[in-house]
Amino acid sequence: MELTSSREPGLQIVTVQEQRIDAAVALAFKDRMREITEEGTEPVLLDLNHVQFIDSSGLGAIVASMKNLGPDRRLILAGLTTTVAKVFRLTRMDSVFGVFSTVEEALAEIRV
Amino acid sequence: MAERSNIQPFSIVIAGSQDAVRDGIAQTMAHLASLALPQEKAGSVELVLAEALNNTIEHALATITAQTRIEIRGSYTADGLHLTIIDQGKPMPRDTPPAGHAPELDVDLQNLPEGGFGWHMIHALARSVKYVRINNTNHLSLHFDIKP
Repeated sequence: MELTSSREPGLQIVTVQEQRIDAAVALAFKDRMREITEEGTEPVLLDLNHVQFIDSSGLGAIVASMKNLGPDRRLILAGLTTTVAKVFRLTRMDSVFGVFSTVEEALAEIRV
Repeated sequence: MAERSNIQPFSIVIAGSQDAVRDGIAQTMAHLASLALPQEKAGSVELVLAEALNNTIEHALATITAQTRIEIRGSYTADGLHLTIIDQGKPMPRDTPPAGHAPELDVDLQNLPEGGFGWHMIHALARSVKYVRINNTNHLSLHFDIKP
């Protein structure tokens, strides 16, 4: 499960370098997310541009990662592709997470 | 209106383990490729298949220790696209698929559910879901409103 991280002022951007977050890798995603975010205190923007597919296990892993950040750190999502967006919409999780089409839009919103 | 190619009925067999699910999905989607489904529709089929296979692994086959297999049958007729998942695991409780009520989200963020979405999505995206048990075998039939 390859995740990469970069920093903007006041924000950590975690990019998922995988095409699928599904049952096969849900646990690995949670573990890797915890590792890559545990030293920070800023909100996290999860860039899902490369992810073509998630199932409900993948969704659960993203929810778990959000909870793991704690109540003081937001998890924001950007770059949801067709099927990923569908999963968030069907489960209404798109109303729980801040969801942006692009990383640029997310950054613009956060900076205001 | 673009003509949609036809496909022959097909059968795929995979090991009854989580490791084999991605391959089962990939093989099924490869069989469906000549239908040239719009990406959005193909995505729905793939999602339903993934949820149904995960459910089979996690529930029907949870206590099976011997090697077992899952069969995925597909056919495409005037009636639409049919995928049937066949396994030799435990029967479905109450002989019927779960209704799949969407979990409640109106809770504190720390109490958000991390699971229980699968059947809700299956019912939302498949036209119909039918379960029968034949000779110690589970048959879960998924019907999609995709017509030739």
